[in-house]
Amino acid sequence: MHDKTVAQLGAGLRNGEFSSVELTRAFLERIEKHDKTLNSFITVTPELALEQASAADARIKANEATPLTGIPFAHKDIFCTQGIRTSCGSKMLDNFISPYDATVVSQLKSAGIVTLGKTNMDEFAMGSSNETSYYGTVKNPWDTNAVPGGSSGGSAAAVAARLTPVASGTDTGGSIRQPAALCGITGLKPTYGRVSRYGMIAFASSLDQGGPMTRTAEDAAIVLNAMAGFDERDSTSIDKPVPDYSAHLNDSLEGLKIGLPKEYFDEGLDSAVGDAIDASIKEYQKLGAEIVEISLPNTHLAVPTYYVVAPAECSTNLSRFDGVRYGHRCDSPKNLEDLYKRSRGEGFGDEVKRRIMMGTYALSSGYYDAYYLKAQKIRRLISDDFRKAFEKIDLIAGPTAPSVAFNIGEKNEDPVSMYLSDIYTIAANLAGLPAISIPAGFVTDRPVGLQLIGNYFEEARLLGAAHQYQQVTDWHNHHPEGF
Amino acid sequence: MEWEVVIGLEIHAQLATKSKIFSGAATAYGTAPNTQACAVDLGMPGVLPVLNKEAVRMAVKFGTAIDAHIAPRSVFARKNYFYPDLPKGYQISQFELPIVGAGHLDIELEDGSSKRIGVTRAHLEEDAGKSLHEDFHGLTGVDLNRAGTPLLEIVSEPDMRSAKEAVAYMKKIHSLVRYLEICDGNMQEGSFRCDANISMRPKGQKEFGTRAEIKNLNSFRFVERAINIEIERQIDILEEGGTVNQETRLYDSAKNETRSMRSKEEAFDYRYFPDPDLLPVELTSEDIEEIRKTLPELPHQKKERFTNSFGLTAYDAGVLTSSRELADFFENVVISSGNESKLAANWVTGDFMAALNKAGIEITKSPVSAEHLGGMIQRIADNTISGKIAKQVFEAIWNGEGDADTIIEKKGLKQITDSSAIEAIIDEIIANNPAQTEQYRSGKDKLFGFFVGQTMKATQGKANPAQVNSLLKKKLNK
Repeated sequence: MHDKTVAQLGAGLRNGEFSSVELTRAFLERIEKHDKTLNSFITVTPELALEQASAADARIKANEATPLTGIPFAHKDIFCTQGIRTSCGSKMLDNFISPYDATVVSQLKSAGIVTLGKTNMDEFAMGSSNETSYYGTVKNPWDTNAVPGGSSGGSAAAVAARLTPVASGTDTGGSIRQPAALCGITGLKPTYGRVSRYGMIAFASSLDQGGPMTRTAEDAAIVLNAMAGFDERDSTSIDKPVPDYSAHLNDSLEGLKIGLPKEYFDEGLDSAVGDAIDASIKEYQKLGAEIVEISLPNTHLAVPTYYVVAPAECSTNLSRFDGVRYGHRCDSPKNLEDLYKRSRGEGFGDEVKRRIMMGTYALSSGYYDAYYLKAQKIRRLISDDFRKAFEKIDLIAGPTAPSVAFNIGEKNEDPVSMYLSDIYTIAANLAGLPAISIPAGFVTDRPVGLQLIGNYFEEARLLGAAHQYQQVTDWHNHHPEGF
Repeated sequence: MEWEVVIGLEIHAQLATKSKIFSGAATAYGTAPNTQACAVDLGMPGVLPVLNKEAVRMAVKFGTAIDAHIAPRSVFARKNYFYPDLPKGYQISQFELPIVGAGHLDIELEDGSSKRIGVTRAHLEEDAGKSLHEDFHGLTGVDLNRAGTPLLEIVSEPDMRSAKEAVAYMKKIHSLVRYLEICDGNMQEGSFRCDANISMRPKGQKEFGTRAEIKNLNSFRFVERAINIEIERQIDILEEGGTVNQETRLYDSAKNETRSMRSKEEAFDYRYFPDPDLLPVELTSEDIEEIRKTLPELPHQKKERFTNSFGLTAYDAGVLTSSRELADFFENVVISSGNESKLAANWVTGDFMAALNKAGIEITKSPVSAEHLGGMIQRIADNTISGKIAKQVFEAIWNGEGDADTIIEKKGLKQITDSSAIEAIIDEIIANNPAQTEQYRSGKDKLFGFFVGQTMKATQGKANPAQVNSLLKKKLNK
């Protein structure tokens, strides 16, 4: 049962092959059995899950099921879930029980999903390896010495290990796609504004976007149907009709123009990963796509730009964690300043502090123009690169990450090399474009991800291209040994 | 040396929206602590601000009323600092691109001339909550009911040269925002307050001196006193050869002194940057025109109309248009009096306002309605009662004894206009006072007043004074 996709499980539930309660029990047992090894969940909610499962069974019986009714689901612990701890991977929020549901959470709830629990993540989504979590590192199911990627590492590992058929993730600089690549699953970052950010704890507001993490593109389409849409509580969400993403999965790829940015295939890319990407491009040619070499000349500026914009925004987004109203408060503060300093000093981990400091610096008077304003200008140049490219092509393809999963601890002492693992994913966030990572092979038994970047609001085209690739390949069906 | 003060004001007007500027929580004053603070106001993780369009409309209304440039695109920015009553650790405000740009308004000076005061800008922002230091046994309580209340911060040019000018400007803005119905102007509740920037320079010098900012002045009286005390303080420093520090000061109204709060060196770096959670506010010229059309008649327009169509003096018109409520009241009095506008102006600015002031009552709570006052004025105009008797009638109306006609009837206050009746009384007085009559007739004109007094006394003030005058003259000059 656990090897089935969301689409298959949905059909099974509606055909009465099994009940949601049975399905939920099966996944809860798998979590119980395997998560001691993986550490992909911060909180498991078995009682709630079984309660929701029996409600879903009733709904299925009443013929009122959506494609997601009764499907077990795990939320990245960045989404506020009413009555359930929402830690954001931080000691700061270890005691925080959210009083409300994020819009994404309530939308999925009304679609009828069953909440298995909350998945592990880098602290406040700041990290590319899941090693910054207060709740410990997540292991990659393909090799438990390897990182799962980050920041949605718990979601990626849990889906890869079949502890849940689907999980939510968020992507600020690659946090859905990079772990999806490193764990061999499918992860979609939608267009900025497509999915509500309300209730998604902010890291960098102008970059953050929630999306589905699944095994297949077909599943991602089903989940995105329920996640996407305008939310009047999020001023940056976009009031634009949501197409039925499942309806466009088989649109022909004949004549589709795929651009390969030469900057994504330079010396920074692991050559074996490059070979796997080349092979997947050939599959697209067989499917009728036309391959064009393109240039995104400002690609090299994406990582430095991101590391000004994201820390600047996070440095103020995280000011609300002050020990006053909720979250960690230090013991017996001497005065207000002591309360702030010790609560924040104790509550935040090193990477979070590093980014708050970088961002505070970038926004400081005297430095603002040189850093923040400059970064905003470069951000426009990067968007322009894409705009020009999409005048000639329909999709961009390339590697999701420069290498396969690295070992736990390998990059801990070198933040810059860690930051470079998002070198191919960051630009899509800076430009606000949708992008997907899909499994495209293995190098030394660790998964390789192929990234497709689409034009604004062209999630349907991305999902169609990903789905048809998955019809002619089986990388997404590989199952990590031992899980 | 002769010194000149340079004053600029930053006025915070709380906008009279029903809900907060970035959340749906109510803005009513005086409810139990933290009962009007939703997840957004509490700065919960994950919450996002959504701009209240009504606040934008009100800001534009203000801007169009002072002939200001309205920005087609304005941007909300985060002002970052830590304080327990600032839940997000930043205040959402506007910095580089405010919604209202340069505008101006005219104030009247004591000598009757007027002076134009520039408004640099006005921007939208959210208010913080309140820290309560009493009643918590050494701890501080935080009430976030006020957090997120919309404010319009109105920044003036440094155009004022005395505390009186500053107060006149503040009163003018106060009147305007109430005319526009964008702020209730309640200063006790903090709905309208200001910070004053004050510097001194030798008279004739062009360059500004170093300024000190006095925070949170919440009454016209405090503004005047705080500015004057600050002027004295700065002059003392300068005359002793010292220099004024650029700093923020607090006014202590109990001690009538200002004291330092923080120096320039201790000033915060607020790290302003555009709030990525909010889109820029974009307004087309059609949007602005649409709002401009909703403007009521403004004080200066009303004043002009009062002088032109009611024939009032500029002074009276100025007094009567100083608040919308007073102007409306006056206009209703005029209507009920049968267009006796001058008499109405005299009564409203005279006895009526004096009575309100004496009793400490707002015009909206006046025990005398505009209809009753107008009705009484009509009776003065048609000679039913004299102006003197009217004072009695007014008092009775004030005390709730009914309208003028009822009171005149009940108390028999109707004026005696029957000439023969008055003549009979005059004849009797002349007969009873032969000595005075003789003296008057032999040239002691002053005694005319004596005969008027006697006549009025005999008629209990009810005789028509004009008739009394002419009849007396006729009889005495025989």
